[in-house]
Amino acid sequence: MLDKKQFITIKGTKEGLTLFVDDSCTFEHALNELREKIHASRPKHDEPVVSVKVKLGNRYVQEEQKEILRKIIAEDERFTIDSIVSDVVRRDEALQWQEASEVKTVNRIIRSGQMLEVTGDLLLIGDVNPGGKVVSTGNIYIMGRLNGIAHAGINGDKQAFITASYMKPSQLRIADYISRAPDYESDGVYMECGLIDEEQDKIVIDRLQVLSHKSEISGFGRRMQNG
Amino acid sequence: MGEAIVITSGKGGVGKTTTTANIGTGLALMDKKVCLIDTDIGLRNLDVVMGLENRIIYDIVDVIEERCKLKQALIKDKRFDYLSLLPAAQTSDKSAVTEEGMRKIVGELKQEYDYVIIDCPAGIEQGFKNAIAGADKAIVVTTPEKSSVRDADRIVGLLEQESIDPPLLVINRIRNHMMKNGDMIEIDDIVQILSIDLIGIVVDDDDVIKASNSGEPVALQPNSKASIAYRNIARRILGETVPLQSLEDEKGVFQKVKKFLGIRA
Repeated sequence: MLDKKQFITIKGTKEGLTLFVDDSCTFEHALNELREKIHASRPKHDEPVVSVKVKLGNRYVQEEQKEILRKIIAEDERFTIDSIVSDVVRRDEALQWQEASEVKTVNRIIRSGQMLEVTGDLLLIGDVNPGGKVVSTGNIYIMGRLNGIAHAGINGDKQAFITASYMKPSQLRIADYISRAPDYESDGVYMECGLIDEEQDKIVIDRLQVLSHKSEISGFGRRMQNG
Repeated sequence: MGEAIVITSGKGGVGKTTTTANIGTGLALMDKKVCLIDTDIGLRNLDVVMGLENRIIYDIVDVIEERCKLKQALIKDKRFDYLSLLPAAQTSDKSAVTEEGMRKIVGELKQEYDYVIIDCPAGIEQGFKNAIAGADKAIVVTTPEKSSVRDADRIVGLLEQESIDPPLLVINRIRNHMMKNGDMIEIDDIVQILSIDLIGIVVDDDDVIKASNSGEPVALQPNSKASIAYRNIARRILGETVPLQSLEDEKGVFQKVKKFLGIRA
């Protein structure tokens, strides 16, 4: 009986394949069938690599199990994994997401030698003086003067950005990118933002309006996308 | 019950000791009972600036290690009856004083004096911690230089973590012609960065150096610019409202007339 039922359904879309994994069978059963299906539907060598989305429905998988899925699907290097999506999240993960997507409001001056570190986005009402440093896992919004160092997306979020009412930072850091102020004396800029320009592969400072072109500003949306 | 004010700066050489001596003298001139404490153990200067070097018998370390009574270590000023100095030790180092010991001494002096002015050593180590231990208020001294403002900012940050009133700012060694040319940081910019209340500005005046070499605080001179500035700071500490000194040199008659007529020079 069990053998008759399909655990894995494959659908082709414009972007590639979507694998629906049934959420009522055991993980082992699903894996077995997945191996067979992948083997059977492997594209020929001259065909392009196909990207695969895995949808797990109401099944929760551990990181290790995800790793196994990745291994099976990407085995012959004919498929690439676009995403593995489950409809379920664990409670502690959800709380982590919530923390990472919250905007923490801080109302003080960050002086020389001081460092402010938050999880999530930071809204600082006050200045960052030369020699001071603010760090967040998400975006940094400063209602005040940024004269020190700001580091957004410290856990590697390249989508993060930094805005300030007045920007004359000694350094801007986003994820693992660093840019510093020029050696010559320069004036700061008002109401601008620092973000990573993917074409130039470096941090640029631009008008705030460019942020409206960014698809996801809220930290939660980013987390949902990036898993 | 008096008030203990610590004079600090972070950076060395910006004029902490001079400011301490002159604010103390300024307060004494207004008939307040003032005690100065030098906490720069090992590098004492305040006694030299006050011209009291020869009179030192006991010092602050002797008091803390109970080799003498606090009263015995106090040196009465030669000019004012109610101005005293508790000198630092020259032979020990900063670890000879503890925060607890400082609190006790300052507490005892506050019973007797209206103002206890504490001269803080440069740096942010033990000497600084000792100096601020007993203080109720703090005055941060800076000069219009980047490095000095940066250190002052650090000090303000450290003071904010203590149970002290928000610090007040003295900008020292202002050179008017450099400020005009934009070669020095402007007063407004310094106040904006540090965002604490300004209590006085003091111009760079040759008389200050002359006075400290002769052991007579400049605040005793009637007319020099720095002297007036320091006495103004003392008046502001007492709660008077005194306008900031003009940095401009004496203007010609023509400009005075212009100003009188309300034309902007």
